[in-house]
Order: sequence, then C-alpha cells, then structure tokens
Amino acid sequence: MFRFLVRRLLQMILTFFGATFIVYALMFANQDDPIQALVGERPVTPAQRTALTELYHLDEPFLKQYWYYMQGLLTGDFGRSLTGREVSDMMTDAWPTTARLALMSILIAATVAVIAGVISGIRRGGMFDNVTLIVTLVLLALPIVVLAPLAQLAFGIKLGWFPPTAGRNATTYALLLPAIVLATTAVATELRVTRASVAENLRSDYVRTARAKGLSNRRVIGVHVLRNSLIPVITLIGVDIGLLMSGAIVTEGVFNIPGVGFNLLRGIRTEDGPLVVGFVSILVIVFLVVNLIVDLMYAALDPRIRYE
Amino acid sequence: MSDMNAVATEAPGTQPIVPAGPIKQDKPRSLAGDAWRDLRRSKIFWFAAVLVLVVLVMAAFPTLFTSADPRACSLSRQFAPASGEAIFGYDYQGCDIFARAVHGARNSIIIGILSTLIAGVIGLLFGLGSGYFGGGVDAVLSRIVDIVLGIPFLLAAIVLAKRLASDPNNNGLWAVTLTLGFLGWTTAARVMRSSVIASKNQDYVAAARMLGAGPGRLMLRHILPNSMASFIVVLTILLGVNIAAEATLSFLGIGLKGDAISWGIAINESGAFVRTAWEPLVWPSVFLALTVLAFIMLGDAIRDAFDPKLR
Amino acid sequence: MTDIKAEIDVLPGVDPQAQLLDVTDLHVEFRTAYGVAHAVNGANFRLAPGETLAILGESGCGKSVTAQAIMGILDSPPGFVTQGEIKYRGVDLLKLSEEDRRKVRANRIAMIFQDALSALNPVYTVGFQLGELFRQHRGMSRADAKKRAVELLDMVKIPAARARVGDYPHQFSGGMRQRVMIAMALALDPEVLIADEPTTALDVTVQAQIMGLLAELQQQRNMGLILITHDMGVVADVADRISVMYAGKVVEEAPVYDIYKRPAHPYTKALLESIPRLDHKGQELSVIRGLPPALTAIPPGCPFNPRCGYVQDVCRHDPPPPPYAVEMDRTARCHFWREVMADEQSH
Repeated sequence: MFRFLVRRLLQMILTFFGATFIVYALMFANQDDPIQALVGERPVTPAQRTALTELYHLDEPFLKQYWYYMQGLLTGDFGRSLTGREVSDMMTDAWPTTARLALMSILIAATVAVIAGVISGIRRGGMFDNVTLIVTLVLLALPIVVLAPLAQLAFGIKLGWFPPTAGRNATTYALLLPAIVLATTAVATELRVTRASVAENLRSDYVRTARAKGLSNRRVIGVHVLRNSLIPVITLIGVDIGLLMSGAIVTEGVFNIPGVGFNLLRGIRTEDGPLVVGFVSILVIVFLVVNLIVDLMYAALDPRIRYE
Repeated sequence: MSDMNAVATEAPGTQPIVPAGPIKQDKPRSLAGDAWRDLRRSKIFWFAAVLVLVVLVMAAFPTLFTSADPRACSLSRQFAPASGEAIFGYDYQGCDIFARAVHGARNSIIIGILSTLIAGVIGLLFGLGSGYFGGGVDAVLSRIVDIVLGIPFLLAAIVLAKRLASDPNNNGLWAVTLTLGFLGWTTAARVMRSSVIASKNQDYVAAARMLGAGPGRLMLRHILPNSMASFIVVLTILLGVNIAAEATLSFLGIGLKGDAISWGIAINESGAFVRTAWEPLVWPSVFLALTVLAFIMLGDAIRDAFDPKLR
Repeated sequence: MTDIKAEIDVLPGVDPQAQLLDVTDLHVEFRTAYGVAHAVNGANFRLAPGETLAILGESGCGKSVTAQAIMGILDSPPGFVTQGEIKYRGVDLLKLSEEDRRKVRANRIAMIFQDALSALNPVYTVGFQLGELFRQHRGMSRADAKKRAVELLDMVKIPAARARVGDYPHQFSGGMRQRVMIAMALALDPEVLIADEPTTALDVTVQAQIMGLLAELQQQRNMGLILITHDMGVVADVADRISVMYAGKVVEEAPVYDIYKRPAHPYTKALLESIPRLDHKGQELSVIRGLPPALTAIPPGCPFNPRCGYVQDVCRHDPPPPPYAVEMDRTARCHFWREVMADEQSH
C-alpha cells in the first residue's frame, strides 16, 4: 500500500512537470518578440522593455525561465496576469462558481446514472434497457457545443423555465440549467459503466453461491452485487469531478458564468500568457490530485487491491 | 463533449448467453464472420452507416444537395424566411443557412479524417511499441501518455491550436488538424497496447518466434491483425469525437478562421441573435449532431459485434 | 426475525420416512438464439442419509445443470426444467413457491462449487459471508453470528480461526478457501450436500485433504453427499454409488465396486479403459474416438452410438435404450449390456 502511494506520487510529480512544461513552452517558446507577446497589443517603451526583461528573465535561456516559473509555483506564486491582477486572486474569484456548478452537475449525473444503470443492468434486453442505451448513445455523441446553445434556446429563451444566462453570484436556480447540460456529458458514461458492471457481476460465480445460500433476491442484488458493481462507477464519478472542475469552458461561455473556464478562454484569446499558464498549472494540480484520490478510493473499496 | 476514453470502453449489447458446450463440427465459425452476421442484423448499424454515407457524399459533392453559393451573402436578405430556394432561410449576414450547413460538411470531414489518421498512426506506433517491447520502452511511453492526459483535453487543444495558428492568413485548417491529431491518440494507443500485450502472449506468437520470425515480421503478420478490430472501433469513434472537437474549437474562435465554413463557426455566430431567429443556430447544430452521432453509433455497433463476451 | 428452521419442519408434505432425495425423469433445456440445448434428458437419482453418490461424466454432460436444478439456482431464462420431479423427503421441490424453495436452500440442501476464489464474494470478509447465513436464516445478532463463524472455521480445521475470520477470500490459499466454502455450506446443518467438482481446481495433496474432510464431516452428520466430478480416481475412494452421465442421461448406475469391476455400459467401459496405467507403460493410450455431441443436436437413438464399440443398427434407429435392470440396484442404458459385462476387462 505504501509502495503504491509512493509510486503514484512520483508519477504525479513527473506528470505535473511534464504537463506544465508543455503548456509553458506552448505559450512562451520561440516567440519572435516575447515582450510584445507579453503585453499583447499595446506599444512598449524601451524602459518598459528593460524592466520586463528583468522581471521575466527574458535574457536568460528558455529552460532557466521555466525553472524560475516553477520556483514561483512551488512557493505559491502563480504569477501576475497581463491585466495586472495576481493569478491566484483571479483563481480564488472564479473558483467557487465553477466548483458549485461542477458539484451540482455531478450530483445530478451520479444519481440518474446509478439508478438507471442498476435497473438497466438487472433487466438487460428489456424495454427500459433498450431505451436507456439509445438515449445514452445520443447523449454521448451530442457535443456540448450543440447541447448548450440548444438547451439555452429551448428551455431558457423559448420556454422560459430557466434564466437564459447566469452571471456573477448566480443563484443556484440560475445554475441549474447549465448544471443539467454539463451533467448530460457525464451521465451517459456513468450509466453505461454501471449497467455493464451490474450485468457482469450478476453473472459471476459468487452470485450463484449467494443464491445457493438461500438469500433473497433483494439481498443478493442489494448487498452482494451492488458493492462489487459500484466500484468502477464511483471511481469514474471521481474522475468526472476532476474533469468538470477543470472548467466547463463551453458551458460557462454559453451561459455567461464567470468561472475558471470562462476566464481561461478570455486569457487565451487575449494571449495573456501568465494567466493561461498560471490557471492551467493550478488545474493540472487539481486534476492530478483528484486522480490520486480516485486511485486511493479504488484501493479502499476493493480489498484485493489493498493488500497487494 | 464526448470523452474519448468513456465512449471507447463500453457496455455489451443484449444478446442471450449460450451455455458452454462443444461446437458443431461441420461449419467453421470465425470471429469476423460472426461479427458481420450480427452487424447485418443491427438496426443501429444500418442507420449509422447510411448517415455516414450521406455525410461523406455531402462533403465530397455539396453541389448535389444545393446549388446555392454559401458565400453569396447579401444583407438585404438578413433573416429572410425559408423559401423554395433556401429551405432553411437566411442568417444574420444574409447567407443561405442550408447551403452553409451542406458546405460545412466538407471541412468537418476533412479535418475529422486527417486528424484521426494522424492520431491513429501515432497511437499505433506508441501502442505497438509499448505493448511489444514492454519494460523500459513501455514505462517511458506510458509516462508520455500520462503527461498528455494530465492536461484536460479542451485546455490543451485551445493552447496548442492557438500556438499553431500563428499565421493569420490561412484559415487554420492545419492548426486544428494537427492539434486534434496530436492530442487524440492516447485512447488508441492504450487500446492497441492492451491488444498487443494480449496477443503477444498467445501460443501462436511463440510458435512463430521459434520458427525464426524477427520482431518486425512478428508484429506485422501475427500480432497486428488480431489487434485491428478494437483499434478500428476506437478510430471510428475518434472520428466522431474529432468532428465534435473541431466544431467546439471553431465555436470558441480558436479553430477555423477567416471565411471558412464550419458548423462550429455557424453556431457561434448564431448565438448573438438567437432571440430573433433560431434557424441559424438549430440547423447547423442538427447537421453536426447527426454527423457525430453517426460515427459514434457506427463504432459502437462494430464494437458490440466484435465483443467476444457475447459469443 | 423468526427462526426459519422451525418453518421448514412444518413444510407441508415432509415425510421423515421418505427417501432423502429422489430425482425422477428430470429434463432441463436451455433456450437460446442458437437453438434449444437439451442439457438433461431424463435423469434419475436417489440418495439416502450417510450415502455418497458420485455423478461422473465429461464436461457438458449435464451434471452441473442437474445439481443447479436440484438447488433451484438455474439461470432461468435461458434454462428451464421441463419435466420431472425432485423430491426431498417426499416434497416435490419443483412445485414449491420460490419463497419455500429458498428456505430449503442452505437449510436442507446445500452446495459447494469448484473455484472457491470466484465463488466467494471478494469484497466481503469470510466472517461476513459465513455470519450472513445465521443472520438471514436464524435471525442471530452480528456478535452471535460472528461467534458461530469462528466455530465453523475451526470445524473445517482452519488454523487461527479467530484471527482469520476478518480476512478476505483472496488472502486464503486454494485449499483453505475450499474449506471456507464447506464451512459455509454446512453452517445450517443441511441434510444433503452437493459438491460440484470441489477438488478439480486444487493440487493432488490438497485434494486428498479436502476429500478427507468431507468424508469426516459427512460421517459425523449422517449427511447425504452428491459428488459431481469427472475424476475417476477421486470417486473410487469416496463414493458408495456412481451414476455415469452422458448427453444428459444417466447411462449407468451402480455401487462403486461393481462398476469398476464389471461395467455394464460401453461408455463406462471406455472411460475406465482410458485411465492411464503404469503397467501399460509403452503401449498406446486408449481413447474414446469422437466428441460428445452438441446439446443442440443430440443424435437419435442412443446418444453414444457414434462413438460406441458395440454399436448395431438398433442403437441408431430405435428410441434411446431404457435403463435395463442389470442386477438388483444396478441399471444400464444399453441394449447390449450383457455383452459389455461379459467381455473380459483388461484391468
């Protein structure tokens, strides 16, 4: 168990460095005029040039620059956006909204997916199952770039059931439609995995043993099958949380939610290098940490892995 | 947006289970033969196949579907309603919505196919190398996969596409294609890797090796053919995913640019005026959705047909 | 929760004087997209307390399906019992409601399976899975159930039972796991134990230990034991009677010594002759040519006729042979059983 943890932590660190390096390189490497790129469209005076060169170590080799950046990261300094604000401030501003949205989505998705998935898994081939399969297939295939605007049009504008946009400090109800839209991206896979897991476990030998023990059908399914079946689903839900937290860029854009993804997109459009790199670094960390937690959960849920 | 990993590892279909027993001696059954027989009976397969065919024809010969010029826009026709000439009407700039939708297929299909091919080649090499050589090679390659997967897909795509599209003159087609190709290969690599590892341990490979086959021949003639089925499924689904991804990038303004015709751009442009007219939003969305759906359904149907657990 | 044991005793129709287990003319079929597989075609078994009946046969001959049908745990669909009676002390189990049938399982008739690793739930401790029986069927508290679980582990001779009761199945060795399965099956003191290939997955020395344990426990409880296997060596030591199955029928049934000394069915004879023997070293191994039939396409007449050394036209054209009475207590489904018995055995 301990070795497993150590191995995973080392992997995480490697991935973290690799991922941040790639993003850093993409944003900053081989620019003709890095200073112009840094300030974007505005003109630059020679005095500003010298100051910026010193501040961002632009006269030093690229790898050195990356090293300075990483040093900053490790001390909690995520840099300063071209707009002047500290990246960490912008993140603390944007984070809560995204987190709320993500959690709402996951709750909706997980509930629907597990309940429908278990029913489908038990009654495979039945009417409910076939309908669910087709619905999830369609949901899986529908890109969010189609779902979000159409949902906004149909339910926000035409039917008026929800406010078409959220904004700063949006109410929970205003976040409901975007949360449902986001949930549809997660529900399809979670449902299918639950269904497959339940169907597979129903066919396993220990179910036969449980029946031979004279246990009621309800107990066989509710106690024996479920506990085994939910292991892959719960870990998938964990991964989905990580994905959703990484900023539902399109959804936030369509519904005008000033969260992480929204700000990130704006940063990319305005070529705000430090902002992008800062945000992405944080998100990569979050992503990796969530994945680590998911792996640990897997070990906690499945005793076979625990004692490796 | 469709998560590649999610779509590629999916649920079995609804076939009944045959009890274990000796197989009839007279008619030899192969996996491919059985799979084709099941595919032929699947309604989803035929529906998807027809859709794919229609989209491919539309991409290759758009004039078969509409004689209107998608770029012949005139503000005098802004939001003009549907008519005999333009069955969906006109958008904000006075362009024929139907014509734009039909012509948009070409970019989507081209980018989809090219990026999937690139991803397929990279995935194949990575997966084959990882699976066949194992050990240190596998460790290094798998770490690379981890790093690529460490950045959430859309973020990486946006950053990469922006970087590659440095020249404002071209319409960004290669930037998008390369971006999707360089980021989309991971699932294909993983699937190929597991197939190769599974095949590598089979007796017939050991037999071939004993007869003196070198690694190249082993990989090409013995291991690869058996891994192709699931690899093809992954690529088919990836095609659908990439088409959706291109539309997403174009929607965000990072994909195709200039006066390129793309469903993503159309959806983006329609957003501001959706209260006035819903047609410019809905029709490109429908085309996009059906196209992506077709490829993903196709891949799904093929995968179900090949799933040995249902034999 | 009420004490289920008391309810069993008032199961209507139970006659303590009747045969412990009496299976007559059992037919089980599986309906699939590829056709109907006739897994069991008229099987008959009888079992008395303290007796060990071995059901012998190759893979796919219907022995496991029979056991599952007796227990009532057939996968249905696609499996269906289409004919026959399964009488436990005079009560036809097939006519019971599912509720009643469930009470019979584990309480009166129990079963153990071949691969204990997959047959035990990997995410619950052994103590939980044992205690579950007491909590569900006897209404015991968790603490009491746990105590009984430890006693059971002791009974099957698992060392350090109290420590091991909190362990998971994968933490036991193969032989230990099988002992846990035996403990689970015997927890509620059933009268019949069906063991479906209990030692096939174990190595030979462990096999002997497990069979010894089973024999000992059976004797202590005067339990009826049905042993399903394809291993003739195991059978010779342990069984009182043997039923040989082929293509879903019992083709020969006899006390164990009689069958080994003088088989009355060509299939049994061929099986015995195919056992490799040290004193035949250097000679060609004898095999039964051909393969068992697909259960969706059983040959007409006697199902063994394509592979039989004694085959005549009547075997192919007449209906399948009935169980001829060879001696008292012996039957064989072969028109030519006299010839088979008369032929000198090479062993």
